[in-house]
Amino acid sequence: MAIRSKTFRESYYEDIKLFQTIWIRVWMVIFLVLLATLPLWGNPYLIYLINLSCITVVAAIGLNLLVGYTGQISLAHSAFIAIGAYTTAILSSKAGLPFWICLLASGGMSAAVGCALGIPCLRLKGLYLAMATMSFGVVVENVLITWDKLTGGVRGIHVAKISVLGFPLDSDNKLFYFLLIVTALVILGIKNLVRTRVGRAFIAIRDRDIAAEVMGVNITAYKVMAFTISSFVAGIAGGMYGYTMGYIHPEHFTVLLSIQYLAMIIVGGLGTVLGSIFGAVFIVLVPELIKAFSRFLAFLIPALKGQYNEEWNIAAFGLLIILFLIFEAEGLNGIWRRIKTSFKNWPYTY
Amino acid sequence: MEHLEIKNLTLEFGGIVALQQVNMKVRKEEIHAVIGPNGAGKTSLFNCISGVYKPSQGDILYENQSILNKKPHQIAGLGIARTFQNIELFRHMSVIDNLLLGRHHRFRSGPLSGIFFWGRALREEIAHRRKVEEVIDFLEIEKVRKKVVGTLPYGIQKRVELGRALAMEPKILLLDEPTSGMNVEETEDIARFVLDIKEELEITVIMVEHDIAMVMDIVDWITVLNFGSKIAEGTPSEIQTNPKVIEAYLGEEN
Repeated sequence: MAIRSKTFRESYYEDIKLFQTIWIRVWMVIFLVLLATLPLWGNPYLIYLINLSCITVVAAIGLNLLVGYTGQISLAHSAFIAIGAYTTAILSSKAGLPFWICLLASGGMSAAVGCALGIPCLRLKGLYLAMATMSFGVVVENVLITWDKLTGGVRGIHVAKISVLGFPLDSDNKLFYFLLIVTALVILGIKNLVRTRVGRAFIAIRDRDIAAEVMGVNITAYKVMAFTISSFVAGIAGGMYGYTMGYIHPEHFTVLLSIQYLAMIIVGGLGTVLGSIFGAVFIVLVPELIKAFSRFLAFLIPALKGQYNEEWNIAAFGLLIILFLIFEAEGLNGIWRRIKTSFKNWPYTY
Repeated sequence: MEHLEIKNLTLEFGGIVALQQVNMKVRKEEIHAVIGPNGAGKTSLFNCISGVYKPSQGDILYENQSILNKKPHQIAGLGIARTFQNIELFRHMSVIDNLLLGRHHRFRSGPLSGIFFWGRALREEIAHRRKVEEVIDFLEIEKVRKKVVGTLPYGIQKRVELGRALAMEPKILLLDEPTSGMNVEETEDIARFVLDIKEELEITVIMVEHDIAMVMDIVDWITVLNFGSKIAEGTPSEIQTNPKVIEAYLGEEN
């Protein structure tokens, strides 16, 4: 019997597999089993938080593809999520279409708009691109308010309940599986994409755009592709959001949301899928952490009792971003990788 | 047969003339050096060939076809690869990924098959990986194949950049100062690789180089530029004795 060490590979296929070692596969299975059985033992609030995390993870991955991988800063992400959410709302409540058509249409609609935005933005870089995309976000927000025949304007719009094969998903517990599956598919798809030709071209454009072009990458096509795929994913996230909330309103999709998503991928780690997941879950949990921390503080110092309010969350976001930029440029993913390496090499230090 | 022909090429930036009426013929499977003092227009010439700059006059014929109106990525697709004077690698990618990117235009799978990663996309990844390993083997960089490029020492990065260009399986290779900043030993390695590239891989090499000893040793033909104009061309021994070149660039022996 051949003795296999952890770095021993027999084929190139083994080298590009998603889950490289048996242990990673074991941990993945344990993790998925825990997640899948969660509604049986978790409390409803936890389920709600995970549902929210799923939506956020999908949207964050979409943004990371554009900002982290391709290096094109975008402040229009909230607009693409909004387009997805409203497409789902209109198609499900007004046309009564089934969920999978609504979700794909949401993605498609966002992708079409993303492609249309990508083309004029081709020549813009850095701050100029940020300004252009931010203006686009504001425009979409205003269109949602003004076009009230279609979008319900400031009254908002209801999203029909989702039903799978005639079986309505009317509680957080039931939605949980739906969101989990869609999220898993998106993670898998993007993870695959970034390890193939297209993903490499994206990173090449981010690192050295002129060199990428001279090496044969059609920068124009790939930048537009990055915009399109990113907004497709954002559109899917919007659809998931609509189905989960049951009611959407233009105020859910302000430019602040875009900034929040940028914060997520910075905190999680730019240019990594795992980083987007970490960042999204982390930012969803931050308010909970702050709440717990404030209770703890109030317990220590009674004078602080009742001082906590939602505004502190915003301050905490800002503080977190500053801290991450200063101390951990690779984000949570960098921390995770270091922990992993030190375990892998134990008991040696490197 | 001319592999690449440059006819009356003139490049201007505003009022500044970077290249003036340059003519040059590169034969198939030769090592052709472009030499000259700093600012002579050598890199500008390369940028014109690879399509980064658009010349104001003249023409560039590749296998008797004009490539003047082609975009850089199309020119790369035709088989003209290059390296850069200052390393332009993708710093955050591994060596393997950098080389795989060199093979970008040889891939056929699009984003959709990439997302599913089965069938063609998977087969392609493996087939190209095999080709990349051949280049890694050729350049003797096996030890660093999985390292992130940004962490590698300068000499190795230069070699990886050469590898990225070779991974394209080009017909013409433009090398912009492949040995700049290298010590004697590393320079000799590169010289050996360049000769192998010509003889084993049958690739035409055009190089800009300041190491005159190396140039005289390995090249077949030299074009000398000064202030954007061609002042001489010929075999190494002809160039060495050309009074114009000695005055402008090589300098007197003692």
